[in-house]
Amino acid sequence: MTTIGVLALQGDFREHREAVERSGGTAAEVRLPNDLEGLDGLIIPGGESTTIVRLMRTSGLLEPLRKLVGRGFPVWGTCAGMILLAKHLDATGIPALEAMDIGVRRNAFGRQADSFEVDLRIPVLGDPPFHAIFIRAPVIEAVGPEVEVLARLADGTPVAARQGRLLATAFHPELTPDSRFHRFFLDHVVRRA
Amino acid sequence: MEKGTWTVKVGLAQMLKGGVIMDVVTPDHAKIAEEAGACAVMALERVPADIRAAGGVARMADPTVIEAIKQAVTIPVMAKCRIGHFVEAQILEALGVDYIDESEVLTPADEEHHIYKHAFTVPFVCGCRDLGEALRRIGEGAAMIRTKGEAGTGNVVEAVRHARAVLGAIRRLQGLPPDELMAEAKNLRAPYELVVEVERTGRLPVVNFAAGGIATPADAALMMQLGVDGIFVGSGIFKSADPAARARAIVQATTHFKDATILAEVSRGLGEAMTGLDVRSMKPEELLATRGW
Repeated sequence: MTTIGVLALQGDFREHREAVERSGGTAAEVRLPNDLEGLDGLIIPGGESTTIVRLMRTSGLLEPLRKLVGRGFPVWGTCAGMILLAKHLDATGIPALEAMDIGVRRNAFGRQADSFEVDLRIPVLGDPPFHAIFIRAPVIEAVGPEVEVLARLADGTPVAARQGRLLATAFHPELTPDSRFHRFFLDHVVRRA
Repeated sequence: MEKGTWTVKVGLAQMLKGGVIMDVVTPDHAKIAEEAGACAVMALERVPADIRAAGGVARMADPTVIEAIKQAVTIPVMAKCRIGHFVEAQILEALGVDYIDESEVLTPADEEHHIYKHAFTVPFVCGCRDLGEALRRIGEGAAMIRTKGEAGTGNVVEAVRHARAVLGAIRRLQGLPPDELMAEAKNLRAPYELVVEVERTGRLPVVNFAAGGIATPADAALMMQLGVDGIFVGSGIFKSADPAARARAIVQATTHFKDATILAEVSRGLGEAMTGLDVRSMKPEELLATRGW
């Protein structure tokens, strides 16, 4: 059985936990360093990135997580989670794990009135298109040579990417009943040989 | 590409879960709140305790105040309009706030009708005292609910009463046979389809925060243990002796709400909490929670 930790400091961690369980994994909530033991991977949910990074510091999770990620621990960040994974942020961002070689701009589409949903073609998931929900979402502005872009908006903006055992999406697969992205994380990122 | 859908309205509230939304009246307050870990701020001209003290008609804040607070932080900014005042709501939408609170803390503009919230792109949060009131507001388009409590009192008793009323009613609905749900909708004075949905899922169809009287880390954790999704703190932070420390402590208490060791640690040395009011000694016309229906 594969056990996935879901960072449960703030945000929509319950939806991720339920999606992991629908996808055949076991989910465990992570609030303190001890909760990291025995995990095969971690999901950083959507939420407010500034809130989550501050709580990571006060909970003593930032340093242990940086070390784990440095050793190749699988991590998937959605929206706020993508911001926490990024090496490069716009001036408003607070550096957190600095693990993934992507440049990320927060609130890239504007305020809540500009939040949207759209169907995306994502080759690694196959057909049909994936219904993606963007909420005050960030975008990927730059990608390093090790990074593979998994999905783009119609205008070419990258919104999902993988680098080794790190996965990032600007949108929220946990808010839809479609479990393909969670299964992709379990089967092709966490359990990868 | 579709904007302003029910999914993205409810979705922003889902991103706020497990967090603390703080009332602020200046850009400096907003920065203190953001640095303490608030997941959003409510931009106001006065906190509820001062609205109470000032008396008279309380209205939407001056757009200058809201604009200045929007410039100061990167987290979502909410603002309040009067119950039923759909033009204040149109103005707040034009200002680009992220959420509108149709709030009993301001003086109602319409005692019969709340705003038809489905007509807006911006999402709304509304107060409630029981399950029927929550479902009536959701029926009108509220994409987030908060229990009302009694704002500006620093007394958590009404917040507890309202959260227990909502969550207890949801538990009692579970397992009712289908032929009793219409009568239950009639008793609750709530839309039938929403009653059916709550019976089936065991939860409200939108995120439910607690508000009105939360003043300490223990108050926040109490509401979380009762089963709400997050916390609004109004006067409790900026009417206390050390707002930054209290704000940080309430944020940590909301995350670690089941861990009494951490709650003890973050409750230490916060200085004076806001002076509270005994709700039982207040006159009926002084109560804000009875505004709206």
